[in-house]
Amino acid sequence: MTFKRTCAAAALLLGLVPAAQAEELNALIWCDHADPELLEPFEKAHDVRVNVKEYEGTAAGLTILQQSRPGDWDVMVIDAVDVARAVEQGYLAPLPDGAVSTADYFPQVVLADHNSVDGKTYAVTEKFGYNTLAYNKAKVDPKDMESLATLWSGKYDGRIAVYDYYLPVLGLVGLAEGIDTANLDAAALEKLRDPLMKLKAASKQVSDVVASQTALATGEVDVLIGGGEWLTAVLHSENPDLDWTIPKEGGLLWAQSIGMVEGTQKPELAIEFIKYITSPEGQARLATSSCYWGMPANKAAGDALSEDEKAVLRWSDQADYLARAQLYPVPDAQTDSAMQDLWTDMLQN
Amino acid sequence: MSIERIEKRQGATLVAPALLWTLVFFVLPFLAMALMSLSHLEGRSVVSGPDLRNYAKIFTEPSLLKGIAVSLEITALVTVISVALAWPLAWIIATRIPVRWRRLALLLAVLPFWTSYVVRSYSWALVLGEKGVVMNALVGLGMLSEPVQIMATRSATVIGFVHFFVMLLTLTIYSNLIQLSPNYARAAEDLGASRWQVIRLVILPLTLPGVVTGAFLTFVLCIGDYITPQILGGNNELTLPQLIMLQLGRRGDYPMASALSLVLMLIVTLAYLACARWLKMERV
Repeated sequence: MTFKRTCAAAALLLGLVPAAQAEELNALIWCDHADPELLEPFEKAHDVRVNVKEYEGTAAGLTILQQSRPGDWDVMVIDAVDVARAVEQGYLAPLPDGAVSTADYFPQVVLADHNSVDGKTYAVTEKFGYNTLAYNKAKVDPKDMESLATLWSGKYDGRIAVYDYYLPVLGLVGLAEGIDTANLDAAALEKLRDPLMKLKAASKQVSDVVASQTALATGEVDVLIGGGEWLTAVLHSENPDLDWTIPKEGGLLWAQSIGMVEGTQKPELAIEFIKYITSPEGQARLATSSCYWGMPANKAAGDALSEDEKAVLRWSDQADYLARAQLYPVPDAQTDSAMQDLWTDMLQN
Repeated sequence: MSIERIEKRQGATLVAPALLWTLVFFVLPFLAMALMSLSHLEGRSVVSGPDLRNYAKIFTEPSLLKGIAVSLEITALVTVISVALAWPLAWIIATRIPVRWRRLALLLAVLPFWTSYVVRSYSWALVLGEKGVVMNALVGLGMLSEPVQIMATRSATVIGFVHFFVMLLTLTIYSNLIQLSPNYARAAEDLGASRWQVIRLVILPLTLPGVVTGAFLTFVLCIGDYITPQILGGNNELTLPQLIMLQLGRRGDYPMASALSLVLMLIVTLAYLACARWLKMERV
């Protein structure tokens, strides 16, 4: 009897007996969802543990799903413009009708056309912001940042960083050339080659999120094309000179959505998580996540944010910004491949 | 059963775990990768081959060809600089430092290995930046009128690599040097050789096996490294591992990533064959 009890205790200690464990939710996410301040209220309210795996770029996320078994993942965060791509490949499940309300959302970011396929809603927008110009206003003239053309003027050569993500930066180069993101097809891409190569020549580096933040924060560069509030807001308390703006040519609107992964064994819990993330409390915490800040899609989150936080997010300017921003390009497979070839050429030149 | 058969069976039993390990963790993944490299991406789906279009693209697409060239140039430079710095360091530790301090000297030499590779690379990013220690010192001492760009260039990548590989090479060359009998040097000096001639004509040739082994290790680790060029190179040129990661992370193009990985393996194999042939010739 004593032997059996000892074995049972040892098994429990080793985690072999899951009886006493809380339920788990597996989330494939962007880094802002890994903030414990965001996850804790949901975990406590539902006595559940949220396991997160971060990824960057839709291709990487879809590859993880491709290599997983059905049921491995319950919810997924994805670029709003790529929801249809995930649905097409069978990775997202439809959300039950009326499960999540977007009544209090900023109308421009509901993005029903992108979050739905064939009349079924597969995801809901949760956060948005802008890929535009971020800069150090102590080092550059803010008036210069009112036009994208400044980047090609020679005035800031060697002090520019390019955010290493081809979609928003090609979109911005397109805007500088007078091409809307919706019209960025293979033919239009060729018009971007020359200005893109000139931009590279004027730049000091092409860098990911962390390296871009570091470069701007340490003064290695003074301007970042592709940056925005998501990059500077989190550094605002340390360096209030880091700022961003949308130039006269416009900026790009990024929007991230959250959906339920096809094959989840916990659809009710997944829906509860999506409801929490899109609730005013969840939205406020997501907007000010430690990884990066961004505007909450749900306007009701404004009540849960402080005035200082709303000032950093430029809450009161959103109507103007949303009117001037364009959505990410949504290339088909062939155009996407051509865009990436052009981007690789730029990196290698 | 004859003793010979018993010994054969015992030998096979002893070798079997290693063979099984190699089969499961090297041969099978290698075959899977080779097979994948013969497929191709059509739209966003992988289409089974076999065909050689990925390899054709690698050797005709300028950006991919440049990736191979950049990798080889950086690796060659790092290997040469590391050997040039590591040999004198190993020689000083092995012959000029008193035995009781040697252990401490070696400990100091391998100290950088104790920090995380990623942390070490980011530390170099801060050191080499325009506001970093190096530039501040050079400008402060009046040696430069204004900071020059090192960070986000090939030089930064090379510095980061050399810092790491000098330590590795120092260990391999040191282990070679301490095995040499001091009688070689004494005999050469008795025959009238100067100190420099002893080093150049006797000690250096005798340590070449250690140098070649260390250089090969440096070559393999350097050409396959993704972290250092990614953090220090500023994406201003892409190495072969960076191109492989680009195919995987951004394009989801596993066939092309597999083909590039096999090209990388081929380069390493050729380097190994060259070193092995040279070492064999040396023994003859």
